[in-house]
Amino acid sequence: MSSIVDTHPVGHAHDDHGHHGKYSGLMRWVTTTNHKDIGSMYLWFSFIMFLVGGTMALVIRAELFQPGLQVVDPDFFNQMTTMHGLIMVFGAIMPAFVGFANWLIPMQIGAPDMAFARLNNWSFWLLPFAASLLILSFFMPGGAPGVGWTMYAPLTVQQGIGMDLTIFGIHILGMSSILGSINIITTILNMRAPGMTLMKMPLFCWTWLITAYLLVATMPVLAGAVTMTLTDRHFGTSFFNAAGGGDPVLYQHIFWFFGHPEVYIIALPAFGVVSQVIPAFSRKPLFGYASMVYAVAAIAILSFIVWAHHMYTVGMPVTGQLFFMYATTLIAVPTGVKVFNWVATMWKGSLTFETPMLFAIGFLFLFTLGGFTGLVLSLVPVDIQLHDTYYVVAHFHYVMVAGALFSAFAGIYFWLPKWTGRMYDERLGKLHFWLTLIFFNLIFFVQHFLGLAGMPRRIPDYPLMFETWNKVSTIGAFGFGLSQLLFLYIVLKALKSGEKAPQLPWEGADSLEWTHLPTPAPYHSFETPPVVK
Amino acid sequence: MAESVDNRVDKPNESPETREQNRRLSVRLAVVAAAMFGFGFALVPLYDQICVALGINSVERPSQVVNTQVDRSRTVTIEFDSNAHNIGWRFEPLVNHLDVHPGELATVEYEVVNVTDKPVTGQAIPSYGPPSAGEYFHKLECFCFSQQTLQPGERRRMPVTFVVDARLPKGVSSIALSYTFFQVAGREGSG
Repeated sequence: MSSIVDTHPVGHAHDDHGHHGKYSGLMRWVTTTNHKDIGSMYLWFSFIMFLVGGTMALVIRAELFQPGLQVVDPDFFNQMTTMHGLIMVFGAIMPAFVGFANWLIPMQIGAPDMAFARLNNWSFWLLPFAASLLILSFFMPGGAPGVGWTMYAPLTVQQGIGMDLTIFGIHILGMSSILGSINIITTILNMRAPGMTLMKMPLFCWTWLITAYLLVATMPVLAGAVTMTLTDRHFGTSFFNAAGGGDPVLYQHIFWFFGHPEVYIIALPAFGVVSQVIPAFSRKPLFGYASMVYAVAAIAILSFIVWAHHMYTVGMPVTGQLFFMYATTLIAVPTGVKVFNWVATMWKGSLTFETPMLFAIGFLFLFTLGGFTGLVLSLVPVDIQLHDTYYVVAHFHYVMVAGALFSAFAGIYFWLPKWTGRMYDERLGKLHFWLTLIFFNLIFFVQHFLGLAGMPRRIPDYPLMFETWNKVSTIGAFGFGLSQLLFLYIVLKALKSGEKAPQLPWEGADSLEWTHLPTPAPYHSFETPPVVK
Repeated sequence: MAESVDNRVDKPNESPETREQNRRLSVRLAVVAAAMFGFGFALVPLYDQICVALGINSVERPSQVVNTQVDRSRTVTIEFDSNAHNIGWRFEPLVNHLDVHPGELATVEYEVVNVTDKPVTGQAIPSYGPPSAGEYFHKLECFCFSQQTLQPGERRRMPVTFVVDARLPKGVSSIALSYTFFQVAGREGSG
């Protein structure tokens, strides 16, 4: 954790420890209740997890560079696919957006801090312990679980003690998310500055308000599902054990009841960030603000009735398949509203293309592409053919990486001057964008071809006919991974020797943190609430 | 209010009313989270009821056969298979296959022996090849409807009485019926 302390922006930006409470050094970070400190810790934590999970992805791609088994044995390969998924979803993407929420929500609604500042500290400090449990499972007899990040029964019953550590890790991660969400909802509903009505809030706050409700409603269901797995493993219950009257398919229903809203838990805050960045660089207000809010709410509600599209092949009746197919395709309507609104925001704007805008436009293109492949997969007859192939892998990486990760990069480049008072190197930022964009497509675009040709996912070996595109994909993966070290360098360089940021680095930015606070944002902001007209 | 000094460092102007509102809202949200944890478990009986109501997943329940018209123009070969999974039982059908006409009532027997020195409880789970044949294979009596407990060395013959539905698709000329005996976890016997 020492890297967090050494490289933290605020610690360098101003050394006035009188503002930081009674501790200094490491204890300052352990005891801090300041939303900006906690936001930074979330972001650094998620970046570390991003590198850990990314390294696992490189092990997977290295093994798939050529047919046959060269690098790792199949069992370890399964552990890699499982932990890559779990760590990226729960350790990297979700905490990254909670970091944004901590930094930005109080400043954007004119509140002095989060509603429950000490609870906020605890929400964060649960994460390193949960992550340690996940990593520790590799050192248990039998290694980490190799069951896939979805942890389907009955395979989970046959795993070693690493599975139990993972289950407890997920319990703790869930607790952290639920506490964080309660905090965010309370902050947004009760702590807004006078005059800041809900419909005046920046869209980022709206997306997080709805995301937090999704988390409160679904994380406990996941906790229930893994608890049932735990009792099936050790306490003689038979929730998912056919021999005792249970049913493995039941697990899939419970898991995806959480799992599909989870997709939007990741995507909605990303929509929020992009909805701040695109208007700022178009120098126009967001087109169709109210319809954006309603679209986010519609997506959230629909996300609860589409879960079984992940399991068309379990043998459900045709009526069930049709219901979930129609409900799923319906989600394209509010999502389409959002995409068209972003495009309409840019229409006739005076656009400039700094790094945050490049990532936002990259998001717009590639996320929409991922949405289209999602529509393809929502169709039952097609999905039965493509289920568990690389087409699915390509689809969800377009929405998770090009969606959530691109948006997180856009947000970090956009707010870095506000957070640290220093500019990043624009030339290197653009280089980072182009490398990321090209290598991303090199990895995942070709996986569409592999999936359509029938290559199954989560298998360490493949027939010779798939070799070419797998080689391309692996080369792309290593390029992508190295490009992210460039991102680390850009951020560190900005912190250490970046140019001093002007008061308003982006002339189109108009939310409270830009218009009512100095740059960099002071350690305590809005102790007296601003009046919003 | 003395104990809340630390929080007030970050939020000096927070009014007691806001604090009270925050507390109330957070309690409500915590109740929602706890209720959703319960909802996850409530899905278990709900799922069962939906399966019964829609007739899904009925391989372990006795079927109600309405139409007993025998279709003598067709013959379907039923192949019998048996597996014992980590249970220490010897388990096999007395006949390997049987030709039946759709709509005709037939009975076969399976034999199971507990070759361990402990009493063991097991549950047999049927499956079909092709899987879609399951819904046309009606079991009127089956040892798979309940758990079986065998004493050490006990030998038991268990019948399966079934009717193949006359609506069985024309393309299906043989059905494999496979049973796997699993040990019921948490009951007597070695794990």
